[in-house]
Amino acid sequence: MSILINKNTKVVTQGITGKTGQFHTQTSRAYANGKNCYVAGVNPKKAGENFEGIPIFASVKEGKSKTGVNVSVIYVPPPFAAAAIWEAVEADLDLAICITEGIPVRDMVHLRERMKKEKRRTLVLGPNCPGVITPEEIKIGIMPGHIHLKGRVGVVSRSGTLTYEAVGQLTELGIGQSTAVGIGGDPVNGLKHVDILKMFNDDPDTDAVIMIGEIGGSDEETAAQWVKGNMKKPVVGFIAGVTAPPGKRMGHAGAIISGGKGTAQEKLAVMEACGIKVTKNPAEMGKLLKSVLK
Amino acid sequence: MKIHEYQGKELFRKFGLVTPRGFPCFSVDEAVEVAKKLAGSVWVVKAQIHAGGRGKGGGVKVAKTLAEVKQHAESILGMQLVTHQTAPGGQKVRRLLVEEGADIKKELYVGMVVDRVTQRACLMASSEGGMDIEEVAAKTPGKIHKVFIDPTAGLTDADAEDVSRKIGVPAQALKESRELLKALYRCFDETDASLAEINPLILTGQDRVIALDSKLNLDDNALFRHPDIVAMRDLDEEDPLEIEASKYDLSYISLDGSIGCMVNGAGLAMATMDTIKLFGGEPANFLDVGGGATAEKVTAAFKIMLSNPKVKCILVNIFGGIMKCDTIAAGVVTAAREVKLSVPLVVRMKGTNEDLGKKILADSGLPIISTGNMGEAGQKAVAAVKGVKS
Repeated sequence: MSILINKNTKVVTQGITGKTGQFHTQTSRAYANGKNCYVAGVNPKKAGENFEGIPIFASVKEGKSKTGVNVSVIYVPPPFAAAAIWEAVEADLDLAICITEGIPVRDMVHLRERMKKEKRRTLVLGPNCPGVITPEEIKIGIMPGHIHLKGRVGVVSRSGTLTYEAVGQLTELGIGQSTAVGIGGDPVNGLKHVDILKMFNDDPDTDAVIMIGEIGGSDEETAAQWVKGNMKKPVVGFIAGVTAPPGKRMGHAGAIISGGKGTAQEKLAVMEACGIKVTKNPAEMGKLLKSVLK
Repeated sequence: MKIHEYQGKELFRKFGLVTPRGFPCFSVDEAVEVAKKLAGSVWVVKAQIHAGGRGKGGGVKVAKTLAEVKQHAESILGMQLVTHQTAPGGQKVRRLLVEEGADIKKELYVGMVVDRVTQRACLMASSEGGMDIEEVAAKTPGKIHKVFIDPTAGLTDADAEDVSRKIGVPAQALKESRELLKALYRCFDETDASLAEINPLILTGQDRVIALDSKLNLDDNALFRHPDIVAMRDLDEEDPLEIEASKYDLSYISLDGSIGCMVNGAGLAMATMDTIKLFGGEPANFLDVGGGATAEKVTAAFKIMLSNPKVKCILVNIFGGIMKCDTIAAGVVTAAREVKLSVPLVVRMKGTNEDLGKKILADSGLPIISTGNMGEAGQKAVAAVKGVKS
């Protein structure tokens, strides 16, 4: 099995007519069961048309009623991306995956408050994330599909290429992945490390998890505390940014040490204290995971 | 994006916060003119740089005569102001703020940030004004009071008054304090700020509540809807290499080490820096080339890294996904030729079209150290630097 998505997931692409949306729809559809998964696109101005056979609807709601989609992937430009997430939430989908990088933090603050107030059940992944993949079933996002291998290790990370790095190492060691999830590099986002770890814990087909974090915020610490009391499976970890200077945003909007808080050292210490095996060498994430497999 | 104190105060005033009267000055003569215009008998001459701790470094001075205004303006303008937030050599002062003096009875602190856990704006307030808030948080955390603000309601009267009382605002000044805090939230929200800080917020002898300082950082992602704020950008306060990099859509940050690194993806870029450190070296920069690295972009990245004289080796670490290794290899070869690369170059490539990429590097005839493993790449780069030194 897997978490979040599988071969039966039906996907609507918001921003399917843009250059990025088109490109990644093509590569995602070409992966595993993608042909059957990508069934709808949204663009109010191009409703009734299609993108390489995928029908385009005026709204997510319409796409859902006509095709039964349950997951959305969003490639809408930053100024309109939060509204696009809200559209997926309002359509009551299971999951909205926002790939877009550069959404104003304030837009996310207002969106998250509205979701809380209205008790919306839609899960949000991202923004500013690579997406999620269940190898040999479905890929939703911008990750290279071919480096993945079907298997029983879960991967969760705030960074795109660092996730690929971990996945690449696992695959090279012959260790497959159940699902690899990029939660994104923004300070205000949807699903966090702890949420994904809970899902992996409950997934009968995941045996162990690699958790990759980076400087900024305290999500890794929260997740580690949860692992200590609840996780039934081994977790190994890496935190990027031991060498990052304070007060500087390291590429990701959320990757910043502010007021001396959110350092990699602090996160690594808490993770270790909570029983998570960590490495300071990102080239050894795969090996470390291998060492905890029974 | 950061802005100067005087620019922050301009924005504050737009939202109804009370600040001392004052004007920015770019010359000593202008400073004296401003002081005359402000009238009164006490003025404050304040260095305008994008760093805190200006007072301790000698960048803020009180003048009681116009002659003193001139004297202070002369000493501050053009100085290399060193504070705990500047580079060791300090920051050159090019602008001043001359303000009317204030009758300070008590110094308080208020600040606002986005709290990542509650996903709301958080108002922090303390009776310990004028001090570094991190220091207060470390020594007397009980003296920091927090309010998490519901964005649909804004900061409420009740919360604003409650927190004011807790930090020692007397009854007769409560209304003014409440209105100032509410205005601060509106300013924070509507300007898309990532940090708004008033340190100190003062109580005067007449029980007025005044923002004596301002620090406002804006969310870069939201600048597209604030052209007025973009116009406030002061390039003199930014690292020229970072400005150059931003022209090519490269995310670059200067560091102190000797190994320049170019990586795709922010997380992998940080991990590459960490690897260098792990094997005994020091990274010279953070550089994320992003997803679509063309030969032009790679060349620009090489030029930027090499304009730092401390760079003794370059490490390229690419995990090819959407970006193909052969494309990046061709870019690296072109760039190395164009800049007539004279320091060792270590390239680690992995992923899509890896073999093709490695072949391009090998066939180029350039002395490129190629590897497929990122740990090995770090080790080789560190060894190369040591080789250069000996």
